[in-house]
Amino acid sequence: MKADLLNIEKVSYAYGPNGWQLENVSLALGPGQIIGIIGPNGAGKSTLLKIAAGSLSGSGGSVRLKGRSLKDLSRRQIARQLGYLPQNVTSVFDHRVEEVVALGRFPHLTGAGFLASDDLEVIERCMEQTETIAFRNRPLSQLSGGERQRVLLASVLAQQPQVLLLDEPTTGLDIHYQVTFFSLLMELADKALAVAVVTHELNLAAQYCHRLLLLHNGKTVKEGPVEEVFRQEVLGEVYRHSVLVGTHPVSKKPIALPLTGARANSQKGINS
Amino acid sequence: MSVLLTRRHFLTALLLYLAFALAVMFVAPFIGSESIDLRTIISDVKAGADSYGADTRIFIYQRIPRVLLGFLVGGSLALVGSVLQIIFRNPLAAPSTLGITAGCSLGAVLAISVPQLAIYLGPLTSVQIFALIGSALTLGLIYFLARRTEGLSMYTLLLAGVTIGIFSSALIQLIRYLSDPNHLVAMDRWIMGGLDVIGYQQLGPLLPLLLPGAGLLFMQMRSLNHLSLGKDMALGHGVDVAAVQKFCFWGAGLVTAGAVSFSGPIFFVGLLIPHAVRRLSGLDQRIVMPASFLAGGAFLIACDTAARTIVAPTEMPVGIITAIVGGPFFIYLLLRKK
Repeated sequence: MKADLLNIEKVSYAYGPNGWQLENVSLALGPGQIIGIIGPNGAGKSTLLKIAAGSLSGSGGSVRLKGRSLKDLSRRQIARQLGYLPQNVTSVFDHRVEEVVALGRFPHLTGAGFLASDDLEVIERCMEQTETIAFRNRPLSQLSGGERQRVLLASVLAQQPQVLLLDEPTTGLDIHYQVTFFSLLMELADKALAVAVVTHELNLAAQYCHRLLLLHNGKTVKEGPVEEVFRQEVLGEVYRHSVLVGTHPVSKKPIALPLTGARANSQKGINS
Repeated sequence: MSVLLTRRHFLTALLLYLAFALAVMFVAPFIGSESIDLRTIISDVKAGADSYGADTRIFIYQRIPRVLLGFLVGGSLALVGSVLQIIFRNPLAAPSTLGITAGCSLGAVLAISVPQLAIYLGPLTSVQIFALIGSALTLGLIYFLARRTEGLSMYTLLLAGVTIGIFSSALIQLIRYLSDPNHLVAMDRWIMGGLDVIGYQQLGPLLPLLLPGAGLLFMQMRSLNHLSLGKDMALGHGVDVAAVQKFCFWGAGLVTAGAVSFSGPIFFVGLLIPHAVRRLSGLDQRIVMPASFLAGGAFLIACDTAARTIVAPTEMPVGIITAIVGGPFFIYLLLRKK
């Protein structure tokens, strides 16, 4: 078994002395794995990702990147191995696509940071991979939501990380862009990247992720293969809504559908 | 064609801005209430200091120091504006946003209002010393208010800066109300901003604030490009955001305090010039910051030259000219963008 690239062990975080808490959450991320972090609003998904990226310091536990504690690594050292795409990225000025992607080379550059031919190759490759090269000279303001998210992902990929942490990257995108985005994550995982993605798209997570971490009120409800987490009594209770769990007719992976006007745990699954 | 900043583009652009700034610096001292002939200066300088005529003395001891002060102050204000617009993530941010300009003015107005407080330190006047004290107290207070365990709160910094600015303006009004009416003209002139300097010795005290401050800011050029995309994105790219924000605060604070204590509040340079540079040379802070410094310096020299010439033989406060020129030009930039 391959060693984990990112190991989050029993991390906790509190917003204020009596505020909301994330409690003892653990997660291990190995090469080639996509882990979906799911849960209702306010479950602690983004907080966990921020702690994993070193953006927030957890009050307990540890985060280890390739065996080394994040606390022992500089921001640049972390960024060379770990890419983090936060939620709702906005720009003060209207940067062009290629500029945004090139910013991802930051942890690899020194001095004034002028790009060498190697850096330009990486930038080119990342734009090709994310299919953003066609509009490389366009400003961000002239892109659709899906194009914009792909540009930001290209910028993160330009760091050449081994671990990718993505916070709701497909929120607000139409089904085409959502599927395209998750397909790209699968391609990256095939190249041995470890991916953790926070998402509210339960069915996409079930189709594309190898494992799921279900959070609720700052605590782990379930962590494991999709089939173990996608159980209607578990999802129904966490999301406070009746959910039917069935099987996708083509991929044969689980799918979950909300049941209108019904109470949690009162209905049988589609296939049962 | 790639939009990325290469070393060659960077150097070419910088040389063009430098050539423009030097051209303005060279021409400006010859223009004023009395035009000065270059040949007169050359022949006087060749003959030695003892044989300087009136024109040469004005040129060397008044106009050149004034041009140098204009360059340093204008450059400083534009540099600070280019940084604050990024760290506050607000295109309308300017040096005055930090509240230091108002704190500095409060100190200066107090010194003018109560002549008994007069203290002199080397080439510094009492007004300059009090302006510096006002700046330092404001800077310390804002830092105290915005400090958090995880770094500076940019939100609090912005609110504290604006609030202290309003509070200081209110105190200035109170001092004006209580003051001897004979002092009001001097206060008004100071608050309108000006580059009154005689000799080179008054430029010296500016440098200990300006050099380390500008140095701190220039060291953050690359990191600031990332902060344009937000704190979390910058952090993900490997930027130590808390350190960058702290260095930018102190850098901007020192540079603004130095510039405003010597010139009084001069508006629009710090707002207008960085936007004009971005339109001309793109958004990369590595070119925006040095180019803003050079263009801001040149712009203030040009405005000061106009201030010395338009109503000759008297002169107009340069702050009036920067606002009159800057306001419409800023609207023109907005309309072009639209």
